[in-house]
Amino acid sequence: MTALRSAPAGAASAPRPTRTRPRVSPALAAALAVVAFLLLAAIWPALLATHSPTANDFAAALQSPSWAHWFGTDEAGRDLYSRVVWGARESLLIGVWAATVSLILAVLLGTTAALGGRVLASAVGFVLEVAFAFPALLLALLLVAILGPSAWTQVLAVGIGTAPGYARIVRAQVLAARSSGYVEAAVALGHPRVRIVLRQILPNALRPLVAIFALSIGQSIVWASSLAFLGLGVAPPSSEWGALLDAGRAYITRAPWLVVIPGLVIVALALAATSLGGRLRDALKTGEKP
Amino acid sequence: MTRTSWAEPLRRVVQAAAVLLGAATAAFLAQTALPGDRATTILNIRSGQAVARTPEELAPIVAQFGLDRPLVRQYLDYVGGLLRGDLGSSYQQFRPVWNIIGEQLAATLVLSLTAITLAWLLMVVWVVATAGRGPRIRSLGQTVDTAAAGLPHYWLGIVLLLVFALTLHWAPVMGGSGLQALLLPALTLAIPLAGFMGQATRTELERALEQPFVVSARMRGMGDTQLRLRHVLRHAVLPALTLSGWALGATISGAVVVESIFNRPGIGRVLVTAVGSQDIPVVTGIVVLIAAVYVVANLLVDVLYTVVDPRVRIA
Repeated sequence: MTALRSAPAGAASAPRPTRTRPRVSPALAAALAVVAFLLLAAIWPALLATHSPTANDFAAALQSPSWAHWFGTDEAGRDLYSRVVWGARESLLIGVWAATVSLILAVLLGTTAALGGRVLASAVGFVLEVAFAFPALLLALLLVAILGPSAWTQVLAVGIGTAPGYARIVRAQVLAARSSGYVEAAVALGHPRVRIVLRQILPNALRPLVAIFALSIGQSIVWASSLAFLGLGVAPPSSEWGALLDAGRAYITRAPWLVVIPGLVIVALALAATSLGGRLRDALKTGEKP
Repeated sequence: MTRTSWAEPLRRVVQAAAVLLGAATAAFLAQTALPGDRATTILNIRSGQAVARTPEELAPIVAQFGLDRPLVRQYLDYVGGLLRGDLGSSYQQFRPVWNIIGEQLAATLVLSLTAITLAWLLMVVWVVATAGRGPRIRSLGQTVDTAAAGLPHYWLGIVLLLVFALTLHWAPVMGGSGLQALLLPALTLAIPLAGFMGQATRTELERALEQPFVVSARMRGMGDTQLRLRHVLRHAVLPALTLSGWALGATISGAVVVESIFNRPGIGRVLVTAVGSQDIPVVTGIVVLIAAVYVVANLLVDVLYTVVDPRVRIA
């Protein structure tokens, strides 16, 4: 971020500078490390865990973080670090699925709102307008109330709850692509409308979504864990991170690390996803080339 | 000028009313979306059992909620009720939803408005101090904005609780009354909001600092801090002001988590309980109410906008 911003102001108007190897800032390195570690934990937890995530050891219950137990232990003496590692897969999957649901809806709604006929576009635009009046967490809670709490409800609730915001971004992207020079050129060349949409507008408009997907996985995990924290997510015996938060709340005064550390892992992942997503967005930025 | 100046606000009001009707429709659909027979579900929620019911048992429920009427009629009844301020009746408690919410609404509004005020204070001080300075301070400012905006309420709330209440004993742990008890919950809501608004304000402030009027003010010998507070800030707060309607909705929905952490009364607590017991009318009642708050706040922001930025009136 710093490296990019401190570039001399004249650089933009000068002919494209030759590409140098990007300098890896400490922030980027930290973000990559967090994501790599959690991905590894999700794929191969046994490699990273130091203890069994389910082995009770009541003699060692509620110990604060130490060399033996890096993140401390819970009320049954289970090693929190190992539980966090083993919970990574389910937590990341909830995030990935919720982000997928959210982006599919966003693309459908956003594209229709931008390209549909006058009636369809304004109808979808109105639905989005109404959806904005519901904050994401409330929309998610409404769905949990209807469907009852479970991991899949979490996915749907978070996915649908966060979709309107992304739909707005998609609509803006598609509208920008539609009024661009290359679309004008394609129209002038007499290409059929469907072909212009599929070959010109959508690929250009949806490219930034790769970055938004990365970002929204992090956000989805935060929303899902908020639901879990309220006791409306995956039930506690699981070591999914939200369930860890929910279970740890009962010991908040005696063993605060049970909530603070899983929360910190979620915050770290969300910040890493946000910063990587932001970088990806800058790298993928479509501009009309001169 | 006189004709158009009325047409635009009128269009806004009509649009807002349409959005509210849409929100009410969504709430009605949510109530019919509960799986299974509604009367059975209501009776089972009320009695805390999950059994099949005979028509005789269901008859009073069907009559009370008008479930035997055609769906369109139920919809019109619901919307008509909303217009009279009737949000329906709770499945679980034998009372109108409005009474349940009304008792708790003031506490949440106080929390939410305090949080927004705090967020503005934090944001303005932080952004004015760090935006448009040397590259290091700017980058620090930006990083803090992003990090603050990304903090989940539950985590921030618990960390604040641990540090200020359990370790330093500056604030009461649970409950308490008055300003002291309000501070930590409000701060929990304010910090992410300040980060979020700060991101928008920072960009705008840095753009404003490059405007010609800044040079002219500097030439008149105006000090940097004076300049930032008196001239530049006025330009920079516009995007954050646009967010105010959203901020009100966001802090009220954030209150769901915060009230639960700090054991504060409020509609957030009511909502979580209602979601857990599938008491849909209470859930939709709160959701519709917050949607209404959001829509009305956005209308007010539009009006306020013309006060802060006279250019809008002409455009």
